[in-house]
Amino acid sequence: MLQIEDLWVEVRGREILKGINLQIGTGETHCLFGKNGSGKTTLLVTLMGFSGYKVKHGRILFKGEDITHLPINERAKLGLGLSFQRPPTLRGVKLKNLLALFDKKSDAGVQLAADYNFEDFLGRQVNLGFSGGEIKKSELLQLLAQGPDLSLLDEPESGVDIENLDVICQMIRKLLQKEVRKNRQKSGLIITHTGLILNYVNADRGHVMLNGQIYCHGNPRDIFERIRNYGYEECAKCRLFEQGF
Amino acid sequence: MNYSENYYDTKDFSDDDLLETFTPASEVERPKDIGEFEEEELVRLKQTGIDLTTPDRTGTFIQTNSSVLKCDCEAQGVELLSITEALKKYDGLKDYWWKLISTEKDSFTREADQELDNGYFIRALPGEKVIYPLQTCLYIRNENVAQRIHNIVIAEEGSELQVITGCSTHPHLTSGLHIGVSEFYVKKGAKLIFTMVHNWGENVYVRPRTGIRVEEDGVFLSNYIALKGAKSVQNFPTATLAGPNALARFNSVIVAPEGSDIDTGARVILKAPGSRSEIISRTISFGGRVVARGHLVGLASDIKAHLECQGLILAEHGVIHAIPELEAHVADVDMSHEAAVGRIAQEEIEYLMARGLSEEEATSTIVRGFLDVRINGLPAELNKELQEVVEECHKGM
Repeated sequence: MLQIEDLWVEVRGREILKGINLQIGTGETHCLFGKNGSGKTTLLVTLMGFSGYKVKHGRILFKGEDITHLPINERAKLGLGLSFQRPPTLRGVKLKNLLALFDKKSDAGVQLAADYNFEDFLGRQVNLGFSGGEIKKSELLQLLAQGPDLSLLDEPESGVDIENLDVICQMIRKLLQKEVRKNRQKSGLIITHTGLILNYVNADRGHVMLNGQIYCHGNPRDIFERIRNYGYEECAKCRLFEQGF
Repeated sequence: MNYSENYYDTKDFSDDDLLETFTPASEVERPKDIGEFEEEELVRLKQTGIDLTTPDRTGTFIQTNSSVLKCDCEAQGVELLSITEALKKYDGLKDYWWKLISTEKDSFTREADQELDNGYFIRALPGEKVIYPLQTCLYIRNENVAQRIHNIVIAEEGSELQVITGCSTHPHLTSGLHIGVSEFYVKKGAKLIFTMVHNWGENVYVRPRTGIRVEEDGVFLSNYIALKGAKSVQNFPTATLAGPNALARFNSVIVAPEGSDIDTGARVILKAPGSRSEIISRTISFGGRVVARGHLVGLASDIKAHLECQGLILAEHGVIHAIPELEAHVADVDMSHEAAVGRIAQEEIEYLMARGLSEEEATSTIVRGFLDVRINGLPAELNKELQEVVEECHKGM
């Protein structure tokens, strides 16, 4: 599904990503751990193609196609989707109008909102005065309507209260086709700080990012357990998982 | 547009020069019947919010140059007259005539005072709730004419009234001067919705002079829509909230094409406790200049007032000058403002592109949202016009 080869990225003249290699297979969910400022969000928005994120070296293959220099909307059309951590406010643009962009004829968006108890927000201006949890819900709702094959989720559980965490995770499970056991088509790359999401959404692999580099790959629960016990510094030293621990 | 370094020191015309440039409406052709109008003129009126075919209007007033061509209102509970007739009938309207604006304000008010062409008088009787809007049209049909208007609208106690005023010029006319004095009286518990649509020729000078007085529990809602520009517009209505809990809200949507100079806004004087006001403007420059003013004056305690000027510049040389002013004379007030001008944020465009929209689609979605202010009872034709402007937006990007 996704293959990142030796990706080097600069933001405003500063090198942020330094040789990222990563592969995500069809139907797989991967988690990305790492400290604030380690480059996790930069990786996600670079994959989506945002301006200001300059690929200096390397390439991004999606479904076998080199998308390194493709416009954002072309990537979206190919099946890439991003749930933003801090999306901009769109004044005057109502959430229901945005959902209708994906499906002009049916009211699938309205149905989705009803499924996740978000109907009251359909008439609201996108992200205007939304709480942290409401932003995440709105982002995931848009992604569900969009239906990407690879979902890039930037801290989908941050700022979400316990009550809503359950709903958020249901949405993610739906997005990533977690109910499908065989021949699952949907993949995901999830940035998580708290690891809470691992209790609700099964992930196949975890990666730790430090200083713009990926330090280890492995079972996400094990990695998270190690980070909790020994901190990120330990990951930088050991590199155990990378060697097939 | 010529926006040179000495722009602020120069003026095309002084006010008095301007008045001498144009022929008074009373001295030119006086059409007698609306039947003389050509098809394209009727289309033009429609685009200005005036529909002569719909049954959903309480009454219609049409003045062309200085002649009143139509003044029909069958409905009970509301009175529609030309202002010259109303002055006769009500003995000079002495409680209302020039009470909210001084005749000495400027050259244009003096001109309207001395050389009146006509205007409309609308009065909703006490307690009457008029469902469909009344439409009034002030139309300049000949080249280089100065039209001088004075209107009075009264919403008596407990009444409800909607007025749509369309101001326009003949589709092939380029130059003219429109002077429009309007005085609005919203009495205790009454509600008046006033929607004004401007649709001028490109060299037309426009000088509305407007005063509004809202009494206890009264509501005045104003919508101003000007999508086609004009050579020069100065529009700065002043509302006084004279009674407790009175409310005034001004919404405006203004588009300034290249060559337009539109100076507009509103002032609200909150004189009584509990009164509230909101001034919201959305302006777009396609190369023209917009001055978006707002002045809130808090004179009483426990008032609430908010001002919002948002401007988008979508073409080179466009100028948007937002001037939000808050003036509080007592401590116990809640007054705020918000102003932002510039281009559409790249971040917003890319956000929508990440959902699969092309750059053009993303831009028009944002502009459509930008122009979506709460406008009550806007006729369908006008909504369509608004949409067309939005679609034109990416041409100017």
